[in-house]
Amino acid sequence: MNTYLPGRSWLHLLPASVKLAGLAAAMVALLLVDSPTGIAAAVGVTVLLYLTVGLARALPEQVWSLRWLVAALVVLQALTAGWAVAVVVTGRVVVAVVLAGLVTLTTRVVDLLDVFERVLRPLRPVGVDSERVALVLALAIRAVPVVAGLAAEVRDAQQARGLRGSVRAYAVPLVVRTLRHADALGEALIARGLDDSPPLRP
Amino acid sequence: MIEVRGVTHGYAEHDVLRSVSATLTERRIAVIGANGSGKSTFARLFNGLVVPREGEVLVHGLSTRSHAAAVRRSVGFVFTDPDAQIVMPTVAEDIAFGLRRRGLPPDEVRRRVFAAMSTVGLEIFADHSSHLLSSGQKQLLALCSVLVTEPRVLVCDEPTTLLDLRGTRRVLEILQALPQQVVLVTHDLDSVADYDRVLVFDEGMLVADGPPAAAVDHYRALIG
Repeated sequence: MNTYLPGRSWLHLLPASVKLAGLAAAMVALLLVDSPTGIAAAVGVTVLLYLTVGLARALPEQVWSLRWLVAALVVLQALTAGWAVAVVVTGRVVVAVVLAGLVTLTTRVVDLLDVFERVLRPLRPVGVDSERVALVLALAIRAVPVVAGLAAEVRDAQQARGLRGSVRAYAVPLVVRTLRHADALGEALIARGLDDSPPLRP
Repeated sequence: MIEVRGVTHGYAEHDVLRSVSATLTERRIAVIGANGSGKSTFARLFNGLVVPREGEVLVHGLSTRSHAAAVRRSVGFVFTDPDAQIVMPTVAEDIAFGLRRRGLPPDEVRRRVFAAMSTVGLEIFADHSSHLLSSGQKQLLALCSVLVTEPRVLVCDEPTTLLDLRGTRRVLEILQALPQQVVLVTHDLDSVADYDRVLVFDEGMLVADGPPAAAVDHYRALIG
C-alpha cells in the first residue's frame, strides 16, 4: 500500500470515484489482453500515465517490490504453459498492481474510504455497516507499517539475546505485542468515539 | 465538572479502585501515584472506557454508565502510546478521521483540522506519513486528533512517558495553554507544580488531594 504523495497533477485532481472506476475498467481491459504485444502496449500506457502525473521516479520502486511475485509467476507459468502465457499473465499482474499503486499515490485514503462508504451504503438494509467497513479498511492499511515496526523491534531484541534463528523467540513476542497493540487501538477508537459499541467492561 | 461517587472497581478478584469519591471542578488537575496504584483506571472512568462496578461517575451531569456516547463527545482521551491512537496514513487524514461521524461539511472539517494542527504546530506535516513521525510528533498528532473534536475535558494518561525532554516540554506547554479542563496522569512530579489540584493514589485509594506542593510531599513520603 503506497502513501499518498501530494500533488496538483490531473490525476490528483480527479475525484476518487472516477479514479476507482477507471481502475476497475483497466482491470477488465487487462483481462482481455492475451498477447505479449498487448501487454507491451499496456506497459507503455502505464509508464505514460506515471510520466504525465510526475511520478516516474516512483515507478521502479513499485515494480521492484513485486520482484519475488514476478519471479515465481514467470517460472511457474513458463514451466506449465509456455513463455508467451508467462509474459501475458505476469504482465497483467504487474500492470494491475502498478496502476492500483498510481491510484493510491494520487488519492487520499480518506477520499477512497468515502467512495467505499458511498458504494456500500445501499447495502445497509441487509446489515452492511458501510462506515464500519471503511474503518476496517483504514485499520488494515494502518496495520502494515505498525506490524512491520513491531516485527523489526522483536527481531532486534531476539538478536540482542542471541536467539537469532529461533522461530518461537520471534513469533511469540510478535503475536503478543500485535494483540496488545490491537487491544490498545480498540480502546483508543472507542475513546475517539469511532465505535458505538457499549463501553468496555473487565 | 466531573463527579466520582463512591467508585469501586476491579479486575477478577483484585480491586484497583476502592471507594473513591471526588468532585473535579478545577481547570488543571493532576493524578500521581506508583505503578498499579489505580490512577490510570481512575482516568478511564471519565469517558466511560471503564464503567465502575460500584458507584457512579457523572461528567457535566451525565452518567458514564447510561450516556457513554454523549460523555465521550465531551471528554477527549490521550493515551501513553501514540502509535495505538493513530489510524490514518497521513497527519491531516488522521486528525480529520475523528470527525467522520459528526456529519460536518467538508469545509468545516478542513477548517477544524487546520486549526487543530496550528494549535500544536503540526501544519507543516499535514501530508506527511503519520507512522514516519518522531515519537514526540506522534504524540502531538494524537493530541491534535483529540483536540479537533473540541472536547470540554481532556484526559491525558502519561502522555510524556515515551517522549524526550523536548517532546515532554512541548506537550506540557500545549496542555497548559488549552482552554479546556485538563486531567493529567503522570509520573513527572515537576510537571504538576503549576496545576490547581493534585490527587495522589495508593493501592486503589485516593490518599491525598490538594495543592501540588502538599500532595507531592505526601507522595514522596509515601514512597519513602
